[in-house]
Amino acid sequence: MNMKRKILDLIYHILVLCGAFIMIYPLLWMIFSSFKPTDYVLPTAKQLIPSVWTLDNYKTGWKGFMGYTFATFFKNSFFISITSTFGTLISSSLVAYALQRLDFKLKKPLFILVLSTMMLPPQILMIPQYMWFRRLGWVGTYFPMILPYFFAIQGFFVYLIMNFIQGVPKELDEAAKIDGCSFYGIYFRIILPLIVPAMITSAIFSFIWRWDDYLSALLYVTKPEMRPISLALKLFNDPSAGSDIGATLAMSTLSIVPATILFLIFQKSLVEGIASSGIKG
Amino acid sequence: MDKKKNFRQWLGQEKVAGYVFSLPFIIGFLMFMLIPMILSLYFSFCKYDIQNPAKFIGLRNYINIFTDDASFWKALKVTCYYALIGTPLKVIFALIIALILAKDTKLTGFYRAAYYLPSIIGGSVAVAILWRRMFEPTGTINAILSVVFPGITNFNWFGEGSAIWVLIILTVWQFGSSMLIFLSSLKQINRELYEAAEVDGANRWRQFWKITLPLLTPTIFFNLVQQTINSFLAFTQSKLITDGQPNDSTLFYTLYVYKKAFPNMGKSQMGYASALAWIMLIIISAVTALLFWSRNKWVYED
Repeated sequence: MNMKRKILDLIYHILVLCGAFIMIYPLLWMIFSSFKPTDYVLPTAKQLIPSVWTLDNYKTGWKGFMGYTFATFFKNSFFISITSTFGTLISSSLVAYALQRLDFKLKKPLFILVLSTMMLPPQILMIPQYMWFRRLGWVGTYFPMILPYFFAIQGFFVYLIMNFIQGVPKELDEAAKIDGCSFYGIYFRIILPLIVPAMITSAIFSFIWRWDDYLSALLYVTKPEMRPISLALKLFNDPSAGSDIGATLAMSTLSIVPATILFLIFQKSLVEGIASSGIKG
Repeated sequence: MDKKKNFRQWLGQEKVAGYVFSLPFIIGFLMFMLIPMILSLYFSFCKYDIQNPAKFIGLRNYINIFTDDASFWKALKVTCYYALIGTPLKVIFALIIALILAKDTKLTGFYRAAYYLPSIIGGSVAVAILWRRMFEPTGTINAILSVVFPGITNFNWFGEGSAIWVLIILTVWQFGSSMLIFLSSLKQINRELYEAAEVDGANRWRQFWKITLPLLTPTIFFNLVQQTINSFLAFTQSKLITDGQPNDSTLFYTLYVYKKAFPNMGKSQMGYASALAWIMLIIISAVTALLFWSRNKWVYED
């Protein structure tokens, strides 16, 4: 009986491991191929591990195109993703506090509006927003890619933080109020320090989504020196840029490094974040 | 001095503080959603190419879309096909893997991470490029397949019938977040139900159909709604991998809207694109309403 259990367990692990390998095979292929000499990538496509290792793809890829290296594109992406994530965290947590803890007349309708923004995806807003931002003279600037996020426009984050605030004991608010603390004080001194885990989860999702955002870059970035990594990679892969498969895979690999590292470090809070309010991904 | 104090007192009231804290969202909603939507509703009744002032033409755009636009119907068909096949496949995959990974072992954390990783980076341009390269005739997919099926060399994945499948495979591959949601609801199922069933002599198979599945229907519903909306809006990956080709066989609706608004050649048709976007919004609302209507037919509630 015990023996049979052990064998069954072993079979289970082997099957699940094989599945996991198939799941991440495309990524492994990309990573390993980026270390193959570029002429070998396609002829040895079914061989995962390179027989000759080289860093040439990274050297040629990093040089970029049209006079800008990938350092510029990475810098741009970090700038956009970090500032818009910062805005998302501040604004979403303020709104979440109001909707979870404060009592005011329009609270219910506002909450419903927040939820409906989750149903109203950016692709639908693409044309309307473009026309509006054009009127405002924002095309060609980073404003459309950063400023809206300072105004809690992603209901997902408000909702995620609200759920978390719900778990903070209300007695803490009450005690602070008795001590003469205002609502603003309560937010800064009590709520904010206690919702750090939700803020981390939100920060990571926000960062990754902003990093991957190709549509806004396509619509609003007009100058080559302002291109974020998403747009730059796409252009780098185009036949007009030479389309060096090794270099493209090398830069693609580099472009997923930040998201992968964040995922590996904060895996647990991401998994819980998705599980508890379960949207997107 | 007194005025300042009064103001602070006023700000300190709960009914005022509520609005102060909500202010970012109120402004954001007006500035970045409501105004653009109203603007685009107006332009959907106009002939508008961005360069020149808009000209009001009434319902002409809408009439043209429904009566004189083969690409519109094609885009609708392609999008429905993608949503109707991709979404159920994705949710079923998510459920099966969640059931398998529900068992707690020392390696479970690692397994979950591995199955979820594609969802985390799947939206990136890097993965789109990778997908295009992998499915090329000389790419790694054909190379691996030819080991098992020697006849398959140089199969053209980007042909008219199969190109959409390249995109369906890509979306199904990213079942990770649905899987995590399933896992968390699996954990919430009361163990005693299974123990009781065991006493009654129900085997594992019966337990699944009579306990697990009914109790999971709310989660299945949630995932279906979420993923259906997502698949109606697929843009980046189709733009990058196939760009609607060949012969419009992967022309997703949002891609079509984009092409009308920002064509490679010729004039932009912003008014027309606005009308298309509004039709899309109505379709999505209708599909969501339909899903919610079907809810009490099959979703279990206690």
